[in-house]
Amino acid sequence: MWQLARLDFYRFFITPLAWTVLGVSQLLLAYLFLTHINYFTELQAQTTGIPGAPGVTETVIAPLLQNAGLIFLLLVPLLTMRSFAGERQQQTLVLLTTSPLSATQLVMGKWLALAGFFTLALALSALMPLSLLLGAEIDLYQLASGYLGLWLLVMSFTAIGIFVSVVTPQSMVAAIVTFTVLLLLWILDIAGESLVSGSGLFHWLSMMTHFQPMLAGDVYRADIAYFIIITAAFLLMSIRQLDQQRVSP
Amino acid sequence: MQAAPLLTAENLCRSFGQHKAVDDLSFTLERGEVLGFLGPNGAGKTTTMNMLSGHLAPNSGKVTINDFDLQNQPARAKSHLGYLPEIPPLYRELTVSEMLMFSARLHAIPRQARKQAVDTAMQRCGLAGVSRQLVGTLSKGFQQRVGIAQAIIHTPAVVILDEPTAGLDPVQIREIRQLIRTLAAEQSVIISTHILPEVESLCDRVQIINHGRLVFSGDLDSMYQQLKVSSLIMECITPPALTAIQAIPGVTGVEKISPGRYRIIFTPGQSPAPTLAVTAANQGWQLLELHPESPTLENLFMQVIHHEDAA
Repeated sequence: MWQLARLDFYRFFITPLAWTVLGVSQLLLAYLFLTHINYFTELQAQTTGIPGAPGVTETVIAPLLQNAGLIFLLLVPLLTMRSFAGERQQQTLVLLTTSPLSATQLVMGKWLALAGFFTLALALSALMPLSLLLGAEIDLYQLASGYLGLWLLVMSFTAIGIFVSVVTPQSMVAAIVTFTVLLLLWILDIAGESLVSGSGLFHWLSMMTHFQPMLAGDVYRADIAYFIIITAAFLLMSIRQLDQQRVSP
Repeated sequence: MQAAPLLTAENLCRSFGQHKAVDDLSFTLERGEVLGFLGPNGAGKTTTMNMLSGHLAPNSGKVTINDFDLQNQPARAKSHLGYLPEIPPLYRELTVSEMLMFSARLHAIPRQARKQAVDTAMQRCGLAGVSRQLVGTLSKGFQQRVGIAQAIIHTPAVVILDEPTAGLDPVQIREIRQLIRTLAAEQSVIISTHILPEVESLCDRVQIINHGRLVFSGDLDSMYQQLKVSSLIMECITPPALTAIQAIPGVTGVEKISPGRYRIIFTPGQSPAPTLAVTAANQGWQLLELHPESPTLENLFMQVIHHEDAA
């Protein structure tokens, strides 16, 4: 399992795709970061002296992380599509299924590689808000809580992406379907809010509902559980599905 | 005491929707044996290979490798098995040695033995010179070698090769066959193919499969027994009437292939060739060619299947 994770991780970096994903995410985040900073400096002139006015953490970091969530929503499907659908298309899946590794080990190996990669990408992006420490005081607890939320969010993205990749025959299809599912889960919140009554389920299902409080620095066990349940459920379904495919492809 | 067979397949069945790809197939593979799986395209060879390797699960029946049931103890069973599918499963972006290193890891070869295993496999498959090249830049023949190296890296007891020479040029085919022959010295091999000479040059035992069923199983000699020549090819410049050929004793049928070229079918063991030659000379047919038709897979099948029906 670790061997598979290690190989997959290595394979990310010998293809341009991973570097592009890293580069693009950094570029977009850097641009957003700078515009937020700009906005903050303008705002600062008006809010100085007002007690309880939003500080740099609220005006720069929280929106930045929320946008980061959206950027990873776009990028995750591009890498998860390769995990199984891509292997199937390259005819290399057979190498894995005929090896002594079980379906569980295959899925977990793939997920670990992706989780490792995106953790790295998140760590890189954390350097931007941390650089504010040079000239400003930021709320490190809120930053940590926001990053915990973002990390959990991206982990559940990858689990969903892997599941879609297991059930689809082609990597392009996997990417599109994953993207759709993720976006739906993201915007489900809108339906939850616009309906006046009886929309509790949609509201609860939406990822935003559980991500937003963490950006504000509120870590609830229920929110953490939500992301862990999503991740675990989709990984388990991937394992079941992969096993099932030997019987009926 | 007779050793248990290395690989046993019992009553394998596999359908895809309505289509029965493999229907009640049973056979064994002994230690040190090269078994040829012969059949036309679509006969169920690849499906069988996929079931033997654990890529597909059979609808019913079971596969046992070295006493381990492939269904119940897949990890154990698969560790005795090396598989090369029809399209070699290779990561094109890796170098040859990286690819093999990964296979070694996948098969849980201990760290200190890994390097040695990779070197041995590369040396056995003649890959030492290209170890640092990307798999994707290699020729098809070399990719096939990497595929074989990947299948033998953990020195499995059974190596399964699905159409190992498909799509190669004649020189590469010869080299790959040579390589398979050296493998056979140390391992049991199952080869699937639709090329008769391949079986002739490599295998100890042949199984012919058609429409998912085993129609023949035996060694090469008994295959040749089945393969008695019973047709001639004749070509003349001034072709005679069909009836004139049919009148010759022993001839049971004549088929016109092209103007002046005939296939003459006769009762096995009663070749009309001498009579034909004399008649042709006497009646001025201007004989160009007269020879027994060499056995092809096609007429081997016809005979085997015919034999089946008669039995």
